[in-house]
Amino acid sequence: MTTLADTPIQQKSPTVKSRRRRLRWERTSPYFYIAPFFVIFAIFGLFPLLYNFVISLYDWNPIGEQKFIGIDNFTRLFADPRFWNATVNTLGIFLLSTVPQLILALGLAHLLNHARLKAANFFRMSMLVPYITSVAATTIVFAQLFDRDYGMLNWLLSLVGVDPIAWVDGRYTSWLVVSTMVGWRWFGYNTLLYLAALQAIPRDMYEAAEVDGAGSWAQFRYLTIPSLRPVIIFTIITSTIGGLQVFTEPLLLNPAAPLTCGASRQCQTLVLFLYEQGFGQYEFGYGAAIGVVLFVIIVLIAGINFLISTRIRGGRS
Amino acid sequence: MSATTSHREDEAIAVAEAMTVSPESPRRRRRSPIGRVRWWTYLLLIVAVLACAFPLYWMFVVATAGNAAAHQIPPRLIPGGEGVAIAQLVFTTVPFVQSLINSAIVATTIGVGTALLCSIAGFAFAKLQFPGRDVLFVLVIITMTVPMQLAIIPQYMVISAIGWVDTLQALIVPGLANAFGIFWMRQHIGSTVSDELMQAAKLDGAGTWQIFWQIVFPVVRPAAFVLGLLNFVSTWNDFLWPFIVLKTPELFTVQLAIRQLQNSRAIDLGLAMAGSFLATIPLLIVFFFVGRRLVSGIMDGAFKG
Repeated sequence: MTTLADTPIQQKSPTVKSRRRRLRWERTSPYFYIAPFFVIFAIFGLFPLLYNFVISLYDWNPIGEQKFIGIDNFTRLFADPRFWNATVNTLGIFLLSTVPQLILALGLAHLLNHARLKAANFFRMSMLVPYITSVAATTIVFAQLFDRDYGMLNWLLSLVGVDPIAWVDGRYTSWLVVSTMVGWRWFGYNTLLYLAALQAIPRDMYEAAEVDGAGSWAQFRYLTIPSLRPVIIFTIITSTIGGLQVFTEPLLLNPAAPLTCGASRQCQTLVLFLYEQGFGQYEFGYGAAIGVVLFVIIVLIAGINFLISTRIRGGRS
Repeated sequence: MSATTSHREDEAIAVAEAMTVSPESPRRRRRSPIGRVRWWTYLLLIVAVLACAFPLYWMFVVATAGNAAAHQIPPRLIPGGEGVAIAQLVFTTVPFVQSLINSAIVATTIGVGTALLCSIAGFAFAKLQFPGRDVLFVLVIITMTVPMQLAIIPQYMVISAIGWVDTLQALIVPGLANAFGIFWMRQHIGSTVSDELMQAAKLDGAGTWQIFWQIVFPVVRPAAFVLGLLNFVSTWNDFLWPFIVLKTPELFTVQLAIRQLQNSRAIDLGLAMAGSFLATIPLLIVFFFVGRRLVSGIMDGAFKG
């Protein structure tokens, strides 16, 4: 730039050179703009992901020996009742937290979608309060609310004559506790996503439906739900991925036995099991094998999602 | 004008139209679900608000009334007067102030860093032509769907190999790669910055770097702000990764400090609740000022059919 301005007459060589340099920069600059992501991700994301497969084939002690053992970790894993326990727990917690949460979010979004709703901003903002509360804080509060002896829930139940329930000790009840915490943190966020999608539905479509004699349930069933299908699929995918990662809630729920979420591993999830094996037992190879299984589950889910979403889009484009 | 009259007008119009207007003719107004707001709508929404707020309120009650409040039947529902004393105990039991500072450093760096880096990368993907662009963008999308939790063991080994165990950069640097943010900023830049504007700037001799800073970034700054805010919140609240790479209490983030409080006196819930509440206050303050932008950001950016 400066050469251009300073020497307008003595042209050619410097101008050409700087223009060429600039052209080269213009051509390569996009790669520099996206490079930070790819460099950081390669080091801290992709490489670990690939290396995880390698470690899973070893008997790998971080402070001792590393011995190649082929697929022994996997045969051991599939014969390990603790693994199946953690898998079932993860799926159970996922279903218990996702299904009611998304239905609730859908209902709340429907309520919030009234054009004449007063204090709409207040309601919307309130829905996000759980989202900004950390998992650790959430867990500590809910663990107390679900406490067997002094928890508010058991107190409320006692008013209607129900005996105290040891929520955290039972398998299904402990799932319920973890699911409640997960659902509480995310239902408001999903409500806002659904609300945004609801507001994108053109009003005249409802008018047309009404003219055709569709009642409010029919409108909901045949207009609202189909229009929301993409966002519903989106939230199901994100909740599934989130559900497979549940870790902090079970870790902090039971301070007496953190790594197993209780004496009988009643609410130990897959990631917590991975952590227990990797960083509690220092069995890096075995822990990595759990990571590989999680990866396969996620690829399967992504594949199913791809099939479903292409089928849906197929009708449109 | 009161709401009831307008409702009646609405219904009257609707009835009149239903009787006289043929289906093809345009209708100016419509009823459900936009028409009237029934009382039970408010009731249900207020129940939802209470469900959102109560756990935090309960945290506050125990944090100010002490451990005894958590072991009281029927439960105490009014805050007590011991808040300051309990907070002081929090600060002396663990290096809580230092933890707040650590969390602020990490979350702010990641918030600002991702807002900038994702804007630039999103700009490149949305508006620049270069070989391999689409393939690279598909890669970004794929990385969004793979949760990195499953690779924590080799991730820890990488951090350990470069000597970053027990440092804050072990949290900051990996957090700067944010695939979701690139996706989000690409959508925003694609839909808000017109190609004509880009062409005009190019004809004026502006390079892509100048175009980004002078034309694109000012336009998408609100979206970048919301993105930074979302990453700030999720980093502040993150638990697993700091839990794995940090060892010294002086380097702990607030979330780890909460766990320490929970463990240091398993019976003293007042301490853990006070720590939890103190760790949430900064986000509540941020939320008070910019929560509205967060709401609209999530609503118009997070997902587009």
